[in-house]
Amino acid sequence: MNEKKKLRVATASLAGCFGCHMSFLDIDERLFPLLDIIEFDRSPLTDIKHCGPCDIGLIEGGVCNAENVHVLHEFRKNCKILIAIGACAINGGLPAQRNHLDLGSCLTEVYLTEPGLIHGHIPNDPELPLPLDKVHPLHEVVKIDYFIPGCPPSGDAIWKFLTDLISGRTPELGHGLLKYD
Amino acid sequence: MLPDANLIYGDSPKCELDACLQHIFATYGNNKTNLLQILNEVQACAGHISTDAAAYIAARLDIPLARVKSVASFYSFLHLQPQGEYRVLFSDNITDRMLGSQDLMQRMCQQLWLQPGKVSEDGLLSINTTSCTGMCDQGPALLVNGKVITRLTLQRVQEIGQLIRNRTPLAAWPAEFFHVDDNVYRAGLVLGNTLTYGEVLRNSLQPGGVPIIDSIKQSGLRGRGGAGYPTGLKWEACRNAPGAEHYVVCNADEGEPGTFKDRVLLTRQADLVFEGMTLCALAVGARQGFLYLRGEYQYLFESLRAVLQCRRNANLLGRDILGQIGFDFDIEIHLGAGAYICGEESALIESLEGKRGVPRNRPPFPVTEGYLQQPTAVDNVETFCQAALALQMGAEKYRAIGTAKSSGSKLISVSGDCPRPGIYEYPFGVSVGEVLRDCGAVNTRAVQISGPSGVCIGESEFGRKLGFEDLPTAGAFMVFDDSRDMFEVARNFVHFFAHESCGFCTPCRVGTSMLKQTMDKIAAGHGTRYDLNEIEHLDQVLQSSSHCGLGRTACNPVLHTLKHFRPAYENKLKSLDFEPAFDLDGALARARQMTGRDDAGAHLKGDE
Repeated sequence: MNEKKKLRVATASLAGCFGCHMSFLDIDERLFPLLDIIEFDRSPLTDIKHCGPCDIGLIEGGVCNAENVHVLHEFRKNCKILIAIGACAINGGLPAQRNHLDLGSCLTEVYLTEPGLIHGHIPNDPELPLPLDKVHPLHEVVKIDYFIPGCPPSGDAIWKFLTDLISGRTPELGHGLLKYD
Repeated sequence: MLPDANLIYGDSPKCELDACLQHIFATYGNNKTNLLQILNEVQACAGHISTDAAAYIAARLDIPLARVKSVASFYSFLHLQPQGEYRVLFSDNITDRMLGSQDLMQRMCQQLWLQPGKVSEDGLLSINTTSCTGMCDQGPALLVNGKVITRLTLQRVQEIGQLIRNRTPLAAWPAEFFHVDDNVYRAGLVLGNTLTYGEVLRNSLQPGGVPIIDSIKQSGLRGRGGAGYPTGLKWEACRNAPGAEHYVVCNADEGEPGTFKDRVLLTRQADLVFEGMTLCALAVGARQGFLYLRGEYQYLFESLRAVLQCRRNANLLGRDILGQIGFDFDIEIHLGAGAYICGEESALIESLEGKRGVPRNRPPFPVTEGYLQQPTAVDNVETFCQAALALQMGAEKYRAIGTAKSSGSKLISVSGDCPRPGIYEYPFGVSVGEVLRDCGAVNTRAVQISGPSGVCIGESEFGRKLGFEDLPTAGAFMVFDDSRDMFEVARNFVHFFAHESCGFCTPCRVGTSMLKQTMDKIAAGHGTRYDLNEIEHLDQVLQSSSHCGLGRTACNPVLHTLKHFRPAYENKLKSLDFEPAFDLDGALARARQMTGRDDAGAHLKGDE
């Protein structure tokens, strides 16, 4: 009866490589004590497709297409605290390297003029999300409350950040944990 | 191996530059502290600094080519690429904008079929903007090949366009274009002085007088560049600092937007400025002085040189000044090249040494390690004038003028919404309201004191007084009436800081750009309350971690206008929730076009 209500945590990878999620799993056996105080909502770990009201949302990867925008909006609407995790979420990262190219000429080159293509055409199935003209970091699309830099941030950094947050301390990544590469 | 200039350029079209380079090096020698001066001359002669010219300079000065290019790329008046025969730069201070500069620039671009910032295809001209040119009382102003043209009207701009199209040499343009008025509306201690040149110096050399530094200390004189450091203490520290040489530097890099009093002092009171510098040299034991003149005031260069020559002829400069054996002192004029940051004294010294104008770590301060690491007294133009007058009058009489902690008078540069913009000299302690009355301003909404890095005050504070006790000022006094949008004023200043950040430290380089983007986002109607919070957060970062004062003050215009004119921001906000700075649905337009899709999934509506 007196058991404290567990914090609900949702995670997602947008235009990312799942490297940050892998790094999250690097907290290893600390997952067990963590699961005593949190439970996962939408996440690749649970395969829940949509998130309900949550305390914390963790998102890796930038925003590169319409579906990313929908997911990000869903997280922002449901998560009290939304965290951008990793270089791509914070700066756009590797996917944003296409930002200095025109999207049209990218699509043309990949689907129409690439040597060896036969009957190429630009995919137009309504099931596919349309790419945005530029890849954006999360904070350019919604309000982000915290940022965990790193490519990826280490399991220790994620652990420190989450335990700080859960215990009510302002999260602080000190020397050794705050890295940009 | 020194490449021969003639060999580098071959024979024909470049030989003009050859002759020019030979002449330049004959003047400046192979002294690398003259690098900026050499680059200025090459720029003036050739319109840009070609790689060949840069390589030749590097070889002559025995420095790497990369250093020549890095210095050239730092200053906005120097170009490594051709910029056209005529380089037109519209002054972009808020006061120029209020007088219609943006529209005039657009009209000129239309007339000459040109986009701002681009060089015309025939290589004839380029049109762009530059930071405040110090002509706020007679704007809008522009620079063409470094020469200032004031009082622009549509007619004048069209005449300029015609002259450029006809390739008329600048020397043949109507002289009235280049006329600069002093617009002195109220003279006082400095502007009304009747000293003959050399008088103070002669008196100071009389035996039995009060020593210069003691007298300056007793007079309570404080620096007029804005910070207000006691001049006597500075000179004393410089004199006492050990060093093989001591130097005197006059800071005439008057770059703070809205400030133009040094321009008038250098026009009307050049002798007094040099007299003050010579007195300082006598006090600190300097043999060499520099006047660092901002590039925008290049038109004053020749007349200032003539004044220096007169003083040499009168034995007020040179060897054994006024017969005092061993009192040797001379002054050289160095020209800046369009970098606001060089008004900061340690950046100015770097620039004097022929380097990029990046502020040094302080301490050590210039009084102990300044020019060439030697003790250097750097003072504002007006400070040297005030020092000479304080010595002439005597400390007691000087101290009686002004207020307890701010003795003497102050030149105020009034611009903006008033019928009589110009120079007003008051004893310290004058109220903002009095200045507004004297310049005839009505319906005043706000006054920006001491430029963008100073303070913005609203009507309720017009009783405040100019002086170190209350409102310290370097002289700028920009008036805004109730027709002005104070948000746009702040946005102009924020753009100024982002442009002028020297790029050395990340908080300032990135922070000023982020501030600019946030203000532009609000201006474009995408702003939210989060953006206002973000501005306050940025301010903390800039205040606490910038390398120099530029970053620390860059948020001031926004914070002050937010304090006094918050509705000017709030009425531009789109909503109180976060909004992106761009149109999400618009970002899909290119993909829709490429795929031919227009279904519901091919659109993003609001923040559903």
